[in-house]
Amino acid sequence: MIIHSERGPLAGRRTSSAVAGVTAASERKLALWNIGFAYTAFLIGTFCGLLQVFMRNEMIQLPAWLDYYQVLTVHGVTLALVYTTFFIYAFLITGMSKALGSFGPKVARWSWIGFFVAAAGTVWATIEILSGRASVLYTFYAPLKASGWFYVSLALLIIGTWIISFALIAHYVKWRKANPGIMSPLFAFMTISTLAMWIIACLGVVAAVVFMYIPWAFGWVDTINVELSRTLFWFFGHPLVYFWLLPAYMAWYLVVPKLLGTKVFSDSLARLSFLLFILFSIPVGLHHQLTEPGVADFWKFLQVTLTFMVVIPTLMTAFSLFATFEISGRQKGAKGLFGWVSKLPWNDIRFTSLFIAMVFFIPGGAGGIINTSFQLNEMVHNTLWVVGHFHITVGTPVAMTFMGISFWLIPYLTGRTLTKTTKKLAFIQIISWSVGMLFMSTAQHVLGLLGAPRRTQHSNYSDHPTVLGWFDGFFSNTATLALGGIILFFSAMLLMVIVFRLWLIEPRSEKGDLYAEFPIAESDASATPRWLENWWIWIGIAVALILLAYTFPITHMIQDAPPGSKGFINW
Amino acid sequence: MKKNKNPHEADLRGTLISVLVVGVLIAVMWAAVYAMYVAL
Amino acid sequence: MHLHKFEKIWLIFGIAMLAVFLGIVGVQAFTQGQTPAGGMEKIDPEKVDVTAPFDDPGVHQIDEDTYEVVIKAMAYGYEPSEIKVPAGKEIIFKVTSKDVIHSFTIPNTKVNMMVVPGQVNEKRYTFKEPGTFLILCNEYCGTGHHFMHTEIEVVEE
Ligand code: HEM
Ligand SMILES: [Cu+2]
Ligand SMILES: [Cu+2]
Repeated sequence: MIIHSERGPLAGRRTSSAVAGVTAASERKLALWNIGFAYTAFLIGTFCGLLQVFMRNEMIQLPAWLDYYQVLTVHGVTLALVYTTFFIYAFLITGMSKALGSFGPKVARWSWIGFFVAAAGTVWATIEILSGRASVLYTFYAPLKASGWFYVSLALLIIGTWIISFALIAHYVKWRKANPGIMSPLFAFMTISTLAMWIIACLGVVAAVVFMYIPWAFGWVDTINVELSRTLFWFFGHPLVYFWLLPAYMAWYLVVPKLLGTKVFSDSLARLSFLLFILFSIPVGLHHQLTEPGVADFWKFLQVTLTFMVVIPTLMTAFSLFATFEISGRQKGAKGLFGWVSKLPWNDIRFTSLFIAMVFFIPGGAGGIINTSFQLNEMVHNTLWVVGHFHITVGTPVAMTFMGISFWLIPYLTGRTLTKTTKKLAFIQIISWSVGMLFMSTAQHVLGLLGAPRRTQHSNYSDHPTVLGWFDGFFSNTATLALGGIILFFSAMLLMVIVFRLWLIEPRSEKGDLYAEFPIAESDASATPRWLENWWIWIGIAVALILLAYTFPITHMIQDAPPGSKGFINW
Repeated sequence: MKKNKNPHEADLRGTLISVLVVGVLIAVMWAAVYAMYVAL
Repeated sequence: MHLHKFEKIWLIFGIAMLAVFLGIVGVQAFTQGQTPAGGMEKIDPEKVDVTAPFDDPGVHQIDEDTYEVVIKAMAYGYEPSEIKVPAGKEIIFKVTSKDVIHSFTIPNTKVNMMVVPGQVNEKRYTFKEPGTFLILCNEYCGTGHHFMHTEIEVVEE
């Protein structure tokens, strides 16, 4: 494999948003390791999902050494934290190597180290959970107390991601120095925005784990400040969901136009929307704590307002995407208002998967606006509605985008191709996931509005009439949830077959093979204002907003704290 | 013949209608849940 | 930075829509007292049983039209387990936890409160109709979490 060196001043000068070279061999290997790790987690996690839907219908009984909440903890950790995170780094590593040129030895070394640290933390956390020392769910709310090592392992996972993040940032800084005065390629810009947000967001959970949970779990201190620990968790918890979403947006902004044969709709607006995510995705965590005491209404409502602001970049994104569709359709000769719809490449699984992912995000986003509408949160908080909500935000728009990326990223990395058979399987996989998710998430939304709780094993609550309504009707039925879950599991296993084939079985790709390419659209940065890439301005505003939203509530929680809580192991 | 090179002048009527439909959908969902909340 | 005319229209429409949502909930919350559950009162989680008002849990009439219901949550139940309140009167629920985080949730009402140790959570609600309502915990609190429930009886005034 010949590695084209696209580093150095020339690469950038040719075009500022250069669709530079190819990804170097060592980065390919690292990306593949990340993908392998991600899909191992996916396999375990979706199997847990299947167990959950069965257990919620009393269709199976677990062996004595395993209980529902252990299974649920594993499901949340493997899918929400591990599958997403490792897949994201595979995507970013490959793309950064392609967009900015291959990694230098230091960047390469540190990204491997970061991977191993994160992987070690993950494996360790899984062992702690399965051995029954950490049935605390992936949110690990105090004063439920897991073993101290569980928190250490989580810290390792985060530190690992920081190491990779800083390695990627270093790669970018080097490129900037070599290419003074030029806007970076859009892929790199979006990567850096995502990582900047991630690093700031993690400060909350790292502070909680290092200064509160670990000393408490090892018995160095007796008690923990519960409300503060929750608040620091959600300081991290909401931007966490944007950390999943932004890489999917990157694919929507950059991959989709390439597949349609057109350019990015507007370079400057794409950049602006990512910057708005840095600003508004962090100072909003209190919208997860709207129904709890210890935070004054004023601060809750302020963060609700800021949460509404974070909808705006998504509105911009929606417009850009439709505009991309329409412009490409019209270039291909589409007439009338909606002629462009039929010009979209529906036979291209790389496109169709991403398109369906976007469609799911419409009700997903609408549900999010409802959840954050202050008192409306009382309708849905901790009910199955929320579970339905995040399966049509992270569980489908994000996960299905990652599936769609896998269909070309794995061939790109392994040098294989996507054959006709696998392509058919991929269509069946995407469609079955959509159908399964439609059943499961709709049932969850409806059951939630009827008051059915989330994170709860089957219970008939002494046969109260309210409960009968959860097993009656079509969508208001726990059995429909299970039906969807079974279809989803089928789809997940099919995906594993596809991944396996793309990795090891498919024939080698030939030159010019579309599926063995990394599709990045061109983005015309010639009219993009320079100040958009002045990170200090944006990080400065982000910090100011965080201080505005959090200083008072957190100071209050510390200075006016009630006596702390000792730990409880209720399992 | 609308074949503009500059995307800013592009014919985006379909886009406008699509996003507005999405917007209306969001408003309808929100209003439905709000109505349920108020009725409680 | 150039915005397409239609994108301007869309953003104005979208932002106006968000402003309306926010305005509606904000006005309803702060002028009609419809804020979600909350409260700034704190308590020693080890001394719940001897701290007022939790030393005397249950239903207390405050005045003609207002009742207070004081509840202690613990793994996996609520104290007291029998609660009877009138319909059409304002009920002030006050809850706290003796151990981990729970919830105090009455499906088909606006009562959905986090129960956090060290804090007292408060919610005002008026039942419109009499009936027997389910109370359940919807925050994971341990292996017995799905058993944690009780009932509240709402009787004719
Ligand atoms: C086979 C596919 C899947 C099935 C059948 C499934 C099923 C479920 C069910 C029934 C629950 C709710 C359990 C409860 O609250 O009692 C749940 C929770 C959850 N699921 Fe999934 N799911 C699937 C895929 C995914 C994916 C792909 C993701 C994310 C990428 C995901 C993320 C989550 C998260 C974060 C939770 C919450 C865990 C918690 O409450 O601690 N799931 N899942
Ligand atoms: Cu959030
Ligand atoms: Cu519970």
